Amino acid sequence: MRVGVVTFPGTLDDQDAARALRLAGAEAVPLWHADHDLKGVDAVFLPGGFSYGDYLRCGAISRFAPLMTELVPAAHAGLPVLGTCNGFQILCEAHLLPGALVRNAGLHYVCRDQRIRVDNATTAWTSDFAEGQEITLPVKHGEGRYVADAETLALLESENRVVFRYSGSNPNGSLNDIAGITNEAGNVVGLMPHPEHAVEELTGAPGVDGRGFFSSIVSKLVNA
Amino acid sequence: MARVIVDVVLKPEILDPQGQAIARALPRLGFSGVSDVRQGKRFEVELEGPADDAAIAEVRKMAETLLANTVIEDFVVRVEG
Repeated sequence: MRVGVVTFPGTLDDQDAARALRLAGAEAVPLWHADHDLKGVDAVFLPGGFSYGDYLRCGAISRFAPLMTELVPAAHAGLPVLGTCNGFQILCEAHLLPGALVRNAGLHYVCRDQRIRVDNATTAWTSDFAEGQEITLPVKHGEGRYVADAETLALLESENRVVFRYSGSNPNGSLNDIAGITNEAGNVVGLMPHPEHAVEELTGAPGVDGRGFFSSIVSKLVNA
Repeated sequence: MARVIVDVVLKPEILDPQGQAIARALPRLGFSGVSDVRQGKRFEVELEGPADDAAIAEVRKMAETLLANTVIEDFVVRVEG
């Protein structure tokens, strides 16, 4: 199975993302922001970083990249897409996910290990977790406070589309402690924490809880 | 040649911690009588032609598409002059 990893100018986590996918047994296929080409991949990972220097708003410029004009219709058609951190911000700016990510309530950039509860274990990227399972992943962001209007929040809650919630303490003032959400179909998932940084004990991450994301997508693609 | 200004500011219901930090700093600097501050962005769009209705409509489209994220921000378009 082939999973694309997108690199924009300013993307930082693409190598970690590719490595995490390879460790799970997938082939990581580099995708370039300026290409109109998804290279026939079975799923796409939008990693974190500061694409286009976060100019204007995080993810606002990336949304209009040539690759995104291919990715948006493919995601609507069911292609599994995971966005972490800046990838989540891009998915919101591209309207593949509702709401937006704005400046942390405390104004500080937060970099720490964060407890997260998996509230939806039915998406393409979370099926190897159990509902209610608590995991620990690194967070590192200055603009990760999830906001949406009251109607959208109520819809997300009623449709069980809040996939991850911060547990213990909320690092950014995100509404309803939301750390990650999914679209209606469950193929597009975005979250602020970084599963790709928590796949190997050696690299000093809090553990290997991130592996579940990649094993989930690999089993989904194998069984497809 | 005309200049069109687009002001973008967070919607009233969206918390603006930067504005709050500025509001908290003002009394420390000796400025009194300020009850709230909201921080926004100002874009100065230089048009090649006149700021007629069609051009203004085009700038509004730019604002909706790129300059503002209407999920969280409001914008106002006006001609400077």
